[in-house]
Amino acid sequence: MSVKLTEEMLAALPDARGHFGAFGGRFVSETLMDSLMTLEKEYLRLKKDPEFQATFDKDLADYVGRPSPLYFAERLTRETGGAQIWLKREDLNHTGAHKVNNTIGQVLLASFLGKKRIIAETGAGQHGVATATVCARLGLDCHVFMGAEDVQRQSLNVYRMKLLGAHVHAVESGSRTLKDAMNEAMRDWVTNVDDTFYIIGTVAGPHPYPLLVRDFQSVIGREAREQSLEKTGKLPDALVACVGGGSNALGLFYPFLTDESVQLYGVEAGGLGLESGDHAAPLCAGRPGVLHGNRTYLMEDENGQIASTHSVSAGLDYPGVGPEHSWLKDIGRANYVSVTDEEALDAFRMLTQVEGIMPALETSHAVAYAVKLAATMDKDQMVVINISGRGDKDIHTIAQLDGIEL
Amino acid sequence: MSRIEGVLQTLKGQGRKALIPFITAGDPHPDQTVSLMHSMVDAGVDIIELGVPFSDPMADGPVIQLACERALKHGTSLRRVLAMVSEFRETNNTTPVVLMGYLNPIEAMGYDAFADAAVQAGVDGILTVDLPPEEAGDVAPLFSRRGLDPIFLLAPTTTDERIRAIADHSSGYVYYVSFNGVTGAAKINVDDVAAKVAHIHELTALPVGVGFGIRDAKTAAAVGQVSDGVIVGSVLVDTIARNQADIEELKRALTDLLTPMREALDRIKP
Repeated sequence: MSVKLTEEMLAALPDARGHFGAFGGRFVSETLMDSLMTLEKEYLRLKKDPEFQATFDKDLADYVGRPSPLYFAERLTRETGGAQIWLKREDLNHTGAHKVNNTIGQVLLASFLGKKRIIAETGAGQHGVATATVCARLGLDCHVFMGAEDVQRQSLNVYRMKLLGAHVHAVESGSRTLKDAMNEAMRDWVTNVDDTFYIIGTVAGPHPYPLLVRDFQSVIGREAREQSLEKTGKLPDALVACVGGGSNALGLFYPFLTDESVQLYGVEAGGLGLESGDHAAPLCAGRPGVLHGNRTYLMEDENGQIASTHSVSAGLDYPGVGPEHSWLKDIGRANYVSVTDEEALDAFRMLTQVEGIMPALETSHAVAYAVKLAATMDKDQMVVINISGRGDKDIHTIAQLDGIEL
Repeated sequence: MSRIEGVLQTLKGQGRKALIPFITAGDPHPDQTVSLMHSMVDAGVDIIELGVPFSDPMADGPVIQLACERALKHGTSLRRVLAMVSEFRETNNTTPVVLMGYLNPIEAMGYDAFADAAVQAGVDGILTVDLPPEEAGDVAPLFSRRGLDPIFLLAPTTTDERIRAIADHSSGYVYYVSFNGVTGAAKINVDDVAAKVAHIHELTALPVGVGFGIRDAKTAAAVGQVSDGVIVGSVLVDTIARNQADIEELKRALTDLLTPMREALDRIKP
């Protein structure tokens, strides 16, 4: 059942302990508590500081290249034969994905807190690249943790990070993917908490991270809302975004949460299919638990051990999800669906060939679902897809699937 | 009085310090854990911290990460750990057992079901690394009500205000983490520990156990000097890793590590 959300309800979330309903919170070892509380206090102060906000806005405009266009995909719309499909072009941001919106914000926080050493986790490498980029710009020491399997399948981004001067640490423990990279980043943070700022790449982790990452990414939805009204005179009927941790989706959704007429669709990685068990879709097929500092939907076994995940896309290959998504699911405000590896790969090819836009494999999940959705809608309706990142980094994966050696 | 309080009070009366080993349950094999527990009691330990293996041990260094992997490979679930404690209690009714681990396996089992089963099995205390007191409001009372001691961590970064609040939520003892870092790192600075533990003693009457970085009789004695007990983990778990093949050899190796620590602690003048 869906609840009508108001601005007042949203302003009260997360609560003082970082909870979104039953989700979120701060589940970390004691060593990190003081740092998290300081970060929360400083962020809540800076959020209202005009100088901080002006610097953030200026960097987004002049360095990232915002606003990103809202583009009418005319040919894709014609081929689909349903609702108008519009693309929010986060792929055109500097570094090629939405991730940089957040790293610009967090590195600014780090500077205000006087921290000179930056750490980050990364899956597909986009957040790692976006972190390495802002660190290069400010001359900060940057350490990126990346699962050893992801280091292999995203070698291009690994090299980009190295060119930017970052140290990339391949994580060999556990499943050697994003969750293990996050474990290792947490271990580094607990060891170097005095001088180190942890730039988390998604709307997950202990409070206040889900809050501040959502705030920094909400520029996507604010722009999309304005652009939609300006270009079409109305709000979109549906928004579609892929969900790994969920930062691009929440960034798009958040400014529309009180617009009841706007349907929200978060698309998880269905991998080989939900029934196969080989997927990364905790909202579709998981249950609530506690991992990486927050309570949220997780993929776990009956004993509470975190399950291994599978997705063709490294950025979605994560057993958890941001706690605010878990809340939006439970109150029925957003719909969470999944598409398979194969559907995402088909969508990658389709968008590339029909619109000349090569989406990231993560983004391709959103494209795949949006096209199916648009086909069921009226021609005067409007769907916005968040094109969260560009697909250059995935060309090796695609070529390999095609049996081509580059 | 809980079994933990009883043991710590007796030690205090004798002017002695608690020796508290940590091993990961199910490592190297679930069938061997109870035997290792008895063997450590014979070597003179006072309280046993039994690690509940978790797939994502974020606060642990490589040694305990690998122990978790070995234990999980053999299917060591939380229920199985509780069964080990029951078995231990068949012949030992005096040595307190504290379960130490991460929250999610407990959450998956259900808090009430877990607390009931833990009491039934003969568990004495619960230490959940990723459950700070702020999030423990609903959980800690479930433990206390059944006579299980909720044990929380204190760290070098913990402010005075939090030390008081954490002590309010705790019973049995508080666990002071000797440095900022993961288990098994070699970072301990005994002077820093001494200063902080003395300060903690001013803020709470609870006994203070100190863990992280204690690897031999020398560090045990130095830390024991300033605290109520020492917790020894990674060096034991590493010994388990290196002696997986032969359980008798393994027990001897653990005893060889623990005996000098016991002796060094007992040489501390009250």
